[in-house]
Amino acid sequence: MNMIGFTDLVHGFGVALEPHNLMWCFIGVFVGNLVGVLPGMGVLSAISILLPLTFGMKPVAAVLMLAGIYYGAQYGGAICSILLNLPCHPPHAVTCLDGYPMTKQGRGGTALGITILAAMFGAAFGIIEMIFLAPYIASIAFSFGAPEICSLMLLGLLAGATLAKGSPLKGVAMTLLGLILGIVGTDVNTGTERFTFGILDLADGVELVALSLGLFGIAEFLKSVNNVAPTAAGKVALRARDMRPSWAEIKQAAPPILRGTLVGSLCSLIPGTGPTIASFVAYATEKKISKHPEKFGHGAIEGVASPEASTHSSVQGDFIPTMSLGIPGDAVMALILGALIIQGITPGPQLIVEHADIFWGLIASFWIGNLILVFLNVPMIGVWVKLLTVPYRYLFPSAMFFICIGVFSAKNTLFDVGLTLVFGMFGYLLISLRFEPAPILLGFVLGPRFEDNFRRSLLLSRGHLSTFIERPISALFLFLCLVLIGLQIYARLSKAKPPVRIATTSFE
Amino acid sequence: MIARRRSNYYAGGLVVLIGLSAALIGATYDIGSLTAMGSGFFPALLGILMVIVGIMIAFSPADEAAPALMHDAPRRGADWRGWGAILTGGVLFIVLAQYAGLLPAAFACVFVTALGDRQSSWKQAAVLATAITVFGVLLFAYGLQIPIPILRGF
Repeated sequence: MNMIGFTDLVHGFGVALEPHNLMWCFIGVFVGNLVGVLPGMGVLSAISILLPLTFGMKPVAAVLMLAGIYYGAQYGGAICSILLNLPCHPPHAVTCLDGYPMTKQGRGGTALGITILAAMFGAAFGIIEMIFLAPYIASIAFSFGAPEICSLMLLGLLAGATLAKGSPLKGVAMTLLGLILGIVGTDVNTGTERFTFGILDLADGVELVALSLGLFGIAEFLKSVNNVAPTAAGKVALRARDMRPSWAEIKQAAPPILRGTLVGSLCSLIPGTGPTIASFVAYATEKKISKHPEKFGHGAIEGVASPEASTHSSVQGDFIPTMSLGIPGDAVMALILGALIIQGITPGPQLIVEHADIFWGLIASFWIGNLILVFLNVPMIGVWVKLLTVPYRYLFPSAMFFICIGVFSAKNTLFDVGLTLVFGMFGYLLISLRFEPAPILLGFVLGPRFEDNFRRSLLLSRGHLSTFIERPISALFLFLCLVLIGLQIYARLSKAKPPVRIATTSFE
Repeated sequence: MIARRRSNYYAGGLVVLIGLSAALIGATYDIGSLTAMGSGFFPALLGILMVIVGIMIAFSPADEAAPALMHDAPRRGADWRGWGAILTGGVLFIVLAQYAGLLPAAFACVFVTALGDRQSSWKQAAVLATAITVFGVLLFAYGLQIPIPILRGF
């Protein structure tokens, strides 16, 4: 690391260790861990509920708390998968395959211990990747003009729509819907009110929190009410000392952890491929290269170690495109980016330089947050296991109240609560028709900037669309878009499943 | 498989409908030209794209990728009790927060929503609602100073 980066990181630790920020970091990872272990609760809902709370906070504290929820939930999600065989969290769905058999063999504690090791290693690698790559990527992107930003956003949106779960075409439709929802409100260029239908409350646009809690909170409740298998964790009792793996087990898990970490860190660099895909790819790789593939599914330690390491390195790496380019890779990142925009910060390559305290403070808080999570999870494992048994019938009514009050407090208007209910019903309709609503959020958050840059590009080129092809970097991004589309068509035609198409239910 | 195929018709139809309305409404704003785009250009463009994608969805083969290891057992039939309770809970929150205050709004919202679960009893729902209301009022009214009075008129 060069000296400038090192002093920046030290500065970041100074920021993250301020008592105020430290407290919010702790609250973030704690809520995340809690959401992770509670079956049926999602990261997106948790972040959205707490989002209005951040309006009154400083940007640094806001971002590191919301980020903490995201990676904290990954620790909790693993507990849920391994002990209950419930894929409460999509990235950990694959951990069920070998984690739960280990629990049945009485080795659940070992599986959790390995998970913590994998998490620590994966996260550390992901953070280091971010320290080195994000400033580098930002420095390249610094010279981008409107056409380049526009093409890059198009690439990001397309990747988010087609590489994630479900049908790629439906993903594109959802992205377009998100872009349209982003238009609602007063046009900044002309002052025209668009899609407001004369409703004054919509003049400022659709509230991000209302959209996200409708689609990912209420729609989920409508789907899951009276439709959730009862949990049976009553008999699982675990203490911290059960979690210590033997040396032989650590040796066995080390190479898969390393491989999983590499897979995860690569996946995080491709927009649209978040931790869920990373963990599935890691599991598949591990099974393919194993000398005993028949052991997988029957409690193979490799089948826990590799996907878990992959998830955690990818979760940290997920922040790279968001912080260095201002292009979120998935719905969670879209929310965090939305939080930054609400704070009045323009996302983009200039963020790292102009808001060094946010970027380096966030990175430092990753180190601190992960350390807190290890301490939260190892000695307190018994508490989390007890929480696994909280039935869904207590959870969703309580969450309903927090959603209502959370949405209200975003703008202090009850209109938005009604809007949330409408989005909830609409979201459930979409889920029933097998749409994946996550790309809506991507389109919604990027929409206004996309339109602005699109208009500006064509204004500068005097209406010549060729500007997007004549500029080499922009042309490169558009070429990559074509490659993406071509790959999807090829996958369709060859009737094989696309390599990264994974059917999972709820949202990252 | 037939049912799934039909679901793609509905899905595509919905997308076409949204796209068409967006394009038509967008066209009522100023479209402008490529050089100087009006406020209607982008909405109309997106609407047209949505119509195209919607048609493609309607005529695409059914999604083969079945949920592999999910707790996502698709719903059989409607669950009017659950849906009704959740939505009523939300509406009650809005109405009571507007006219009665945070305390009744919180209680009614949690209580009615909880009754949507077929396994919960009146008593359990009442206990849960009381607990959340006490916690909610302490946290939001006293702690975070949310601008809804605890009880209106007092």
